[in-house]
Amino acid sequence: MFLEAIALSEAEWQAIILSLKIAGSAVGWILVPGIAVAWLLARHEFRGKALLDGLLHLPLVLPPVVVGYLLLLSLGRNGWLGQWLYQGFGFSLPFTWQGAAIAGGVMAFPLLVRAVRLSLEAVDPKLEAAAGTLGANRWRVLFTITLPLAVPGLLTGTVLAFARALSEFGATITFASNIPGETRTLPLALYTLIQTPGKEAAAARLCVLSIVIAMLSLMASEWLARRARQRLQERDR
Amino acid sequence: MSEPSLERNHALDCRLQKRLGEFDLDISLAVPASGVTALFGQSGSGKTSLLRLIAGLDRPDAGYVRLGERTLTDVAGRTQVPVHKRQLGIVFQEARLFPHYRVRGNLTYGMPPSARSRFDDLVTLLGIGHLLERLPGTLSGGEARRVAIGRALLTHPRLLLLDEPLTGLDGERKQELLRYLVRLTREIDIPVVYVSHDTAEIATIADHLALVEQGRLTAHGQLDELMMRLDLTDRLGGFDAATRLSAKVVDHDSVYSLTRVALDDGQTLRIPAVDQPPGTPVRLRVGVRDVALAHAMPEGTSYRNGITTTIEAIEASPQEPSANEVRLRFGEQRLRARLTRQACEEMQLTEGKTAVALIRSVAFDSRI
Repeated sequence: MFLEAIALSEAEWQAIILSLKIAGSAVGWILVPGIAVAWLLARHEFRGKALLDGLLHLPLVLPPVVVGYLLLLSLGRNGWLGQWLYQGFGFSLPFTWQGAAIAGGVMAFPLLVRAVRLSLEAVDPKLEAAAGTLGANRWRVLFTITLPLAVPGLLTGTVLAFARALSEFGATITFASNIPGETRTLPLALYTLIQTPGKEAAAARLCVLSIVIAMLSLMASEWLARRARQRLQERDR
Repeated sequence: MSEPSLERNHALDCRLQKRLGEFDLDISLAVPASGVTALFGQSGSGKTSLLRLIAGLDRPDAGYVRLGERTLTDVAGRTQVPVHKRQLGIVFQEARLFPHYRVRGNLTYGMPPSARSRFDDLVTLLGIGHLLERLPGTLSGGEARRVAIGRALLTHPRLLLLDEPLTGLDGERKQELLRYLVRLTREIDIPVVYVSHDTAEIATIADHLALVEQGRLTAHGQLDELMMRLDLTDRLGGFDAATRLSAKVVDHDSVYSLTRVALDDGQTLRIPAVDQPPGTPVRLRVGVRDVALAHAMPEGTSYRNGITTTIEAIEASPQEPSANEVRLRFGEQRLRARLTRQACEEMQLTEGKTAVALIRSVAFDSRI
């Protein structure tokens, strides 16, 4: 009886799987550009740095609906980028799960960059200089010294971004709409249930589910980051 | 101006100018192709800035750096070889080991395949064989620096730059690392630049000296020669000024734990035992306050050593009104003594006269 009561329905499973897929893809596509931008901001001085920094933080302070609308304007079939994508590759993003991943990624980008930048700035530049004197070029220094030492921050940033993409609502519903099985993620499914009279119990279930998934990802990140830190600070064996 | 033929004997040749705020660095330096060159000066004199310019970590306003035939920096010719292509082994004040690599990983980080055969020898020479699987966080200060030195040497550099490698170590650790460094610099065949502000350290390890003061090179040459210059006394040791003597081990007296060494003119000294076979060259440091003078070797004295010398110069001590600095010659070598003016006058010491230099055996530090 009890097990049946907490067993997930097909629609719920669908929403969970879809949410994980979209959030995972969102993090996947922003990971490399996010690290690159964070590295640029942490280790370089250049003209327009303040402007870039400001632009990056826009998704944090803009209403998500505005971000979604801007995505629609640029990546929609009539948008400047969307037109090129559609005519060149027959590829259309709005109303698809890929579009939802784009929206989630854009919203999560500043959080990822922030966390990664902080951890990159914490890496001692003297160690990087030492690696240079040992014959390592810039890339080798990045991949053997800077990034490995920034791993705890990288993990935190990734999980933060994942959680942000998972909870994305405004930009997603504006850009990718609310299509069951395609773009109806957990928050959108929850919203739909709230809008439907008599579905309060189902809504509560999704609410609990969201909390469980968020907690799990936070705990996973904490555990991974602690392990990474321990490896860096290992005392005597 | 040095002749082109002379320049070929230089491992490193540089002329560097850089303005750092109020500080103005302008130094020409030639590092001989063999031996240890000490870059010596007070903190803030510009030693480390110079090192960073040579390493390519900073750019000079004007000047050049040449390593043998290769130009590393030339402001006029717009050349600036990046740090990682300079083939310089640099050991920083802090060891700067990579915390996420084990000692072995640190050592091999910049090691080309051609240096692999040197790994075992170097690890033994530096006494770090038992540390290979440890992480840097678990090493003591002296151990970490030995690893850093090994790591730099395993990149097969053409020049080794050591930036105050003993700074921050306590007395015993300092002596230990210094012993390793002395052994190492005898073994390796590349020139070493040793940055320091400690005269005792330099007298132990260096062959040449470049004296840096307020961003300028104020004296440059063989360390033995410079230590003889009375006008540099307050720069090179002051109260603790010293002379260096070269000698060879003759034999050992195991009963009293003494070693007899011969100076180049055949006169001998007794010093506390050194654990080296006969014939080994040793370098002895004699403090100017450890030498007394007599007209002849006295009888019934605790002095174990009396060297017959000729007085070459007598000058008033620049800092001590009661004392004279006396320079003595025997064979090709020279020795300094600091005496009271009173003694000099009573003994009627003058330049050209013969005097016996009395040196206590226990004044020699043979731990290195």
